[in-house]
Amino acid sequence: MSAQVTTGLQVRKSVELTIDGKKITAPEGSTLLDACRASGIEIPTLCFGDTITPKNACRVCMVELEGSRTLVPSCSRKVEAGMVVKTDTDRTSHSRKLVLELLGSSVDLSLTKNVSKWNSNYDANPSRFGAPSTHHGKRDEAVTGHHHHPDGKTAETVHQPVKIDNALYVRDYSKCILCYQCVDACGEQWQNTFAITTAGRGFDARISTEFAVDLTDSACVYCGNCIQVCPTGALMFTSEFEMREAGTWREEEQTQTDTICPYCGVGCSLTLHVQDNTIVKVTSPSDHSVTHGNLCIKGRFGFQHVQNTKPE
Amino acid sequence: MSGRRQFWLIETGVTVRQEVLAPATKTQIAELVSGKSAPAEQPIAQAAPQTPDKSLVLLSRIGNTNPLSIDDYIANNGFAALRKAFSIGADQVIAEVTASGLVGRGGAAFPTGRKWAAVASQPVKTRYLICNADESEPGTFKDRVLLEGDPFALVEAMTIAAFATGSQHGYIYLRGEYPRALKNLTNAVEVSRNKNYLGENILNSGFNFDITIFRGAGAYICGEETAIFNSIEGYRGEPRNKPPFPVEVGLFGKPTTVNNVETLVNVLPIINNSGEQYATWGSTGSKGKKLFCVSGAVSKPGVYEVTFGATLRQLIDLAGGLKSGSTLQAVLLGGAAGGFVGPQDLDLELTLEAARAAGTTLGSGVVMVLDQSVNMLDQLQRIAAFFRDESCGQCVPCRVGTVRQQEALARLVSSNSADETAIDLHLLRDLGQVMRDASICGLGQTAHNAIDSALTRLKVFSA
Repeated sequence: MSAQVTTGLQVRKSVELTIDGKKITAPEGSTLLDACRASGIEIPTLCFGDTITPKNACRVCMVELEGSRTLVPSCSRKVEAGMVVKTDTDRTSHSRKLVLELLGSSVDLSLTKNVSKWNSNYDANPSRFGAPSTHHGKRDEAVTGHHHHPDGKTAETVHQPVKIDNALYVRDYSKCILCYQCVDACGEQWQNTFAITTAGRGFDARISTEFAVDLTDSACVYCGNCIQVCPTGALMFTSEFEMREAGTWREEEQTQTDTICPYCGVGCSLTLHVQDNTIVKVTSPSDHSVTHGNLCIKGRFGFQHVQNTKPE
Repeated sequence: MSGRRQFWLIETGVTVRQEVLAPATKTQIAELVSGKSAPAEQPIAQAAPQTPDKSLVLLSRIGNTNPLSIDDYIANNGFAALRKAFSIGADQVIAEVTASGLVGRGGAAFPTGRKWAAVASQPVKTRYLICNADESEPGTFKDRVLLEGDPFALVEAMTIAAFATGSQHGYIYLRGEYPRALKNLTNAVEVSRNKNYLGENILNSGFNFDITIFRGAGAYICGEETAIFNSIEGYRGEPRNKPPFPVEVGLFGKPTTVNNVETLVNVLPIINNSGEQYATWGSTGSKGKKLFCVSGAVSKPGVYEVTFGATLRQLIDLAGGLKSGSTLQAVLLGGAAGGFVGPQDLDLELTLEAARAAGTTLGSGVVMVLDQSVNMLDQLQRIAAFFRDESCGQCVPCRVGTVRQQEALARLVSSNSADETAIDLHLLRDLGQVMRDASICGLGQTAHNAIDSALTRLKVFSA
């Protein structure tokens, strides 16, 4: 279930802990990240999404917990009474800097929010591992336990060609940080379709359909809930992708209009992203009590009729 | 073969036959397919040069009892500890194990008694016991000797552990590449069940317990105690976040005890005698007997049982000393996740506390002796490649860090500029710290240890 389900009238006990020398109170069951954000402490997050149970895979939100040998992920570590937490130490800064460098050197983070700000906050320099490798194997065919021995002259990346195999959305896994949110949204946390999962191991790990078949041959139902949760732009509406390629995507000029999906009686909330009087993509508010950001193929992609354009 | 390819057909309907052949050549495989049998495997006891010796504690039955015979096992003190456990009760079993000072032998050295007590005190009554037999740390082969040579001992020890912790079902998570262990364990479980040492109302005690053998498929990460749960449950072998700890939320979400093979087998002498007596063996901080896997440039490599407190020099002497013509270059302690020590460390006491004080680890008991013929740079690159291949890929520090570590090593090996060397050494330290601090599990947390020890202790890249 979602981490974000409203607790309603349920009364939650509160827990007292110390964060950065300040005694604070946080509701039982909340996370260190919740507690930090509630007291105005900014902690970077990459793989964290507000509708998916935290996977704590990126390790950029690590904080120091007294008594713990290692740092702990604030996004998923629950508050406990008496915890003494430090969010800004040499160790946490080092850890965040290195995670930003490791991801920045291997993944295209150009569409990931806040990365340049964090890079400068934490003095991260992804290029210090060398120039990105231009030699790319076929990641979908990588064999577990086999790799080319590196010469160290370049830094290996997760680059692979953009997957364009259907009319509705593209998958650019060069931008994928493996946050697992798309897998969880497609699988047991929301859609229960299980069209995608992680394949391969270690650096070869990648999101894949079964046997890496095209989406059209997979179990995908094109709900687009994976696009909704993707934090890096790896999953993208074809409309957005084509406009970006053509250089006509101008997010700052877009308006967002909330409306109700016209198709069935559920009444999902839609947010229409409009540029030049044309719908360019559709999302749903992640804090909406009906959708939690999820839609089906009709609400997500069935907007062409509104544009009232006929095929050429 | 005059350029002609030969085909050996395996057709549907042919009875499946399993043969063990290693190392295998193409010709030998062809011969097997055409009907020939593989040569007999080496005797189990050959891997334990001290055996047969009934005065040994953990290896007492290796080489002198038939591992397939329950009668042989019973005639050699078998199931005595189980009977005693039933008579003294679960609480007393935990008390004895706690008093013995036994700690986990898989590498993490967690107090076994405390783990058992934690599971036994859970309000949830459905509980599992897992024997971690996914022995895959490079250089480790101690559990294999126990699994192959004394399988009934593991069945008995697991039954005692399950009785103490109130668990109804046990899994042996067996390394997939241990076919003889599979055969011998399968026999031991079946025979024990037939003779009422497993199953319903074991020995009229009212206690029910059974064991399932689950084979791993070759991933190192699946030996991590929470990745085992994922593997058994049919998911991708990835470690889980802790907390919650396995003693609270483990296999199938239930309280679970995960113990290494050697840890469990140690329980038998503890119950047969007493925890107090067991604690008389060893040093202040490390109690009991320990198996070490001595390999490399020694005359008699193999599994050796010693009392905690022997020095590295004594252990190497026990293994017949260095091979003639060998001079000691380094010893890898604890496997790929462990660390190197040098010739100056030969008087290191092999105890947990002495290893810790010396900034190294005993890990799972690997003592890999490297002589002058070994190229340390190759060794380090091999270890870096190993971690890169075996990282599950879940968290960034380990998934990308192990690759960057390998790349930095490759640069260091070919570097001829002191400035560049300094930059890459700094980079390696940075990578080591983030992997240790921020990786989800022990794989990433220890993926820099051996390299770090080679840099700091052996001064590999210092001029």
